[in-house]
Amino acid sequence: QEAAKYEKKVMVLDFVSPTPLGNSWGLGGTCVNVGCIPKKLMHQAALLGQALQDSRKFGWQFTEEVKHNWMTMTESVQNYIGSLNWGYRVALREKSVTYENAYGEFVGPHTVKATNKRGGEKLYTAEKFLIATGERPRYLGIPGDKEYCISSDDLFSLPYCPGKTLVVGASYVALECAGFLAGLGLDVTVMVRSILLRGFDQDIANKIGEYMEEHGINFIREFVPIKVDGKIVNMSSFLYTSNTRLSLKAKGPNSCKIIHNSSLDSRTLESFFLVNSNCRTGKIPVNDEEQTNVPYIYAVGDILQDKLELTPVAIQAGRLLVQRLYAGATSKCDYVNVPTTVFTPLEYGACGYSEETAVEKFGEENIEVYHSHFWPLEWTVPSRDNNKCYAKIICNIPDNERVIGFHVLGPNAGEITQGFAAAIKCGMTKEQLDNTVGIHPVCAE
Amino acid sequence: GKNEYDLLVIGGGSGGLACAKEAAQFGRKVAVLDYVEPSPQGTKWGLGGTCVNVGCIPKKLMHQAALLGSALKDAQHYGWNIAQPVHHSWSVMAEGVQNYVKSLNWGHRVQLQDKKVKYFNMKGSFSGPHTVRGLTKAGKETIVTAENIVIATGGRPKYPTHIAGALEYGITSDDLFWLKESPGKTSLLNGLFLYVSLESAGFLTGIGLDTTVMMRSIPLRGFDQQMASLVTEHMESYGTKFLKRCFPIKVEKLESNRLQVTWKNTDLGTEETDSFDTVMWAVGRAPDTETLNLETVGVKTNSETGKIIVDASEATSVPHIYAVGDITEGRPELTPTAIAAGKLLAQRLFGKSSELMDYDNVPTTVFTPLEYGCVGLSEEVAVQCFGSDNIEVYHAYYKPLEFTVAERDATQCYIKMVCLRERGQRILGLHFIGPNAGEVIQGFALGIKCGATYPQLMKTIGIHPTCAEEITKLHITKRSGLDATVTGC
Repeated sequence: QEAAKYEKKVMVLDFVSPTPLGNSWGLGGTCVNVGCIPKKLMHQAALLGQALQDSRKFGWQFTEEVKHNWMTMTESVQNYIGSLNWGYRVALREKSVTYENAYGEFVGPHTVKATNKRGGEKLYTAEKFLIATGERPRYLGIPGDKEYCISSDDLFSLPYCPGKTLVVGASYVALECAGFLAGLGLDVTVMVRSILLRGFDQDIANKIGEYMEEHGINFIREFVPIKVDGKIVNMSSFLYTSNTRLSLKAKGPNSCKIIHNSSLDSRTLESFFLVNSNCRTGKIPVNDEEQTNVPYIYAVGDILQDKLELTPVAIQAGRLLVQRLYAGATSKCDYVNVPTTVFTPLEYGACGYSEETAVEKFGEENIEVYHSHFWPLEWTVPSRDNNKCYAKIICNIPDNERVIGFHVLGPNAGEITQGFAAAIKCGMTKEQLDNTVGIHPVCAE
Repeated sequence: GKNEYDLLVIGGGSGGLACAKEAAQFGRKVAVLDYVEPSPQGTKWGLGGTCVNVGCIPKKLMHQAALLGSALKDAQHYGWNIAQPVHHSWSVMAEGVQNYVKSLNWGHRVQLQDKKVKYFNMKGSFSGPHTVRGLTKAGKETIVTAENIVIATGGRPKYPTHIAGALEYGITSDDLFWLKESPGKTSLLNGLFLYVSLESAGFLTGIGLDTTVMMRSIPLRGFDQQMASLVTEHMESYGTKFLKRCFPIKVEKLESNRLQVTWKNTDLGTEETDSFDTVMWAVGRAPDTETLNLETVGVKTNSETGKIIVDASEATSVPHIYAVGDITEGRPELTPTAIAAGKLLAQRLFGKSSELMDYDNVPTTVFTPLEYGCVGLSEEVAVQCFGSDNIEVYHAYYKPLEFTVAERDATQCYIKMVCLRERGQRILGLHFIGPNAGEVIQGFALGIKCGATYPQLMKTIGIHPTCAEEITKLHITKRSGLDATVTGC
């Protein structure tokens, strides 16, 4: 869309290879269809379930028996996604960007072959190319994984309630999904090989896990699944050689979700004969201007090696790239201090260093960690946990006590974190933080 | 003789308690006098001041009750099956709120005790430069002497005493949060200090009560006017009734015990009447200085407002007497500024600090059904200060993701950022209307304190999907005249 503004002739090829269970979706990519958007909406559904309980203490009166209907929710969510798919198609058309629902592969320099759903092929040539094909969930490669298990690619449009669910994995995807499924009233178990939320501040990650456990989600730690069949999941201990076996029996449909480090669609990778990609991860390395080793081929988004897998980063990188190519701009995407939020039942917003990476980089004696538990005012009357919400900032003492890490665990963590991320971009120090008057009464203060 | 205390604080509210506790940290001998004169309707409360008892805290809790009412409606779209009808019980809510407030009163008493601050539940008045006379409810007198005295008695809601029936039949925010029974069909009569009336009207509407706001002139005077009208527009579509450009003439009690209000409609030039269960006045607050006997010690007040005049160090016209909080002239009437000012004062008096309170760029939030958070200058003040040619206003109409499935109207969800066109495009003011406005604005207020510029904000990557991220994506200017509606994911 940005390139079209500069009156360039632009084409977009988008194609969704169906999931093992046959699921597919429209234009918009992961975020819109099987990521941020449906995830946040289902998280919201779960939060509303909690709100219903709270509301009784605030005087609202209605029947005790409140049930959740998966189909009603999923239909609404899919309708909204459909409107976004449509919106993108209209936007591209209005900006005169050619869109083809076809699978693209490089077949030669400056040449791409586009194969549509019916197998029809066309060749297209372009001066420049942008690879932004993203990723898909990885399967474990154990017996029964593709036949009986689903992934986040399937969950948000599942045409039946997932029921008693086992979530395999401990990434933010796993915990967010487990979180909202439990919030909707389902019996959820999370199977974790080792630690939670690898790469995130571990102190906070553990608090998130604790909260989830205290609120009814079962955790099976240090186990990996080795086989899945229709009703039973066999697991074995990952660390011990004594082969302790555990069987989980389930009644009715048993959704086994595989959430793992994402991987690329291997077919696309093979055809990138010109482009270097990391052999181990399959990702594409780029320079700080998003250029691959082939000068006229660029890449943005989840496909990039060593870059954050986030929608706003991809958008920003894409826009700035185009502005550099066609509008003479020089700004590069700033990948430093990118804020994120994990939408677990207790939300977690973060920007900058985790405590452990700060200690590693600056040395324990050079950092100061200020922290506090807080009780959101809205949780008082309904008597919700008064010692779970938590915030901490990490400061670099020698550098004027500059704030280098911000972490908040509590409601609306994303809304809170955004502004602090802007302040961190401005180089805020602890003193400036202290001099800012709070807004009362809110959590952010 | 020697003064009994190093510091005496008159008024146990946000500013007073913060100052007292901070002073005690320095090992000083501190005392606090707190007393609540019952409202004309007889309402009274415990230690903690306006914020805790009849301000921020109960207001936000009742606002939350109303928001939960909307959440109940939203929940059905998200798949929750709730059998109709759904009712709201005022007494269940009020009890919950009042119990929490009482726990805060208790908490404050315990804190004072822990910090060895002496607390007197007495009404204080000056009888000499270092002498204060404390009077209990029963009329028992105690004399307290102190080296330094801080006046932090705050304010109380005004009554329009020139309107017949106003005092006898009307209530104020002092009473609203302590009503044991539902106020029923309520009319909020207001003049200048509309945020109180809009917030109250908002939550009353939200819990299902028939609510009318009567106002003579413009809403939220002192706030950005475009934002104020969006807020009231939303309230109108939410169900609150507005009687604009009307002012009340009298309030009478009917045989049914309901109240009849007669008002003048200045547009039509006619007199109209309607009956209500409750009439609440929100015509401003008056400083609580009358019974302090300030003339005895020579503490100067502003002749127009009655508030105590202080300098940048919170000192009054009498060297050892200070004032913080709502009682002081020219300061924002906000809890956090009172607390900060009180703490800094104690640090200057008893610590080695010389740091003065910075009242610039104080962020605030109006907790109307659709919340409004802001920091810095309004558009009109920015234009006034710098000229419209020298400022750039970026804006956007956006839709919170959570509104989509809930089929909620986001017409008034709007963001506006006022920047200088030069000097690095420094941000002068940020305005946000939407859910969780306070949470959104807080961090940006911090950024503005750090001198944030528009380019710095644009370099900040958004968190997706949130409402706050829309601030980092602002790029349409008012000057361009382009459609400012956010499209796409």
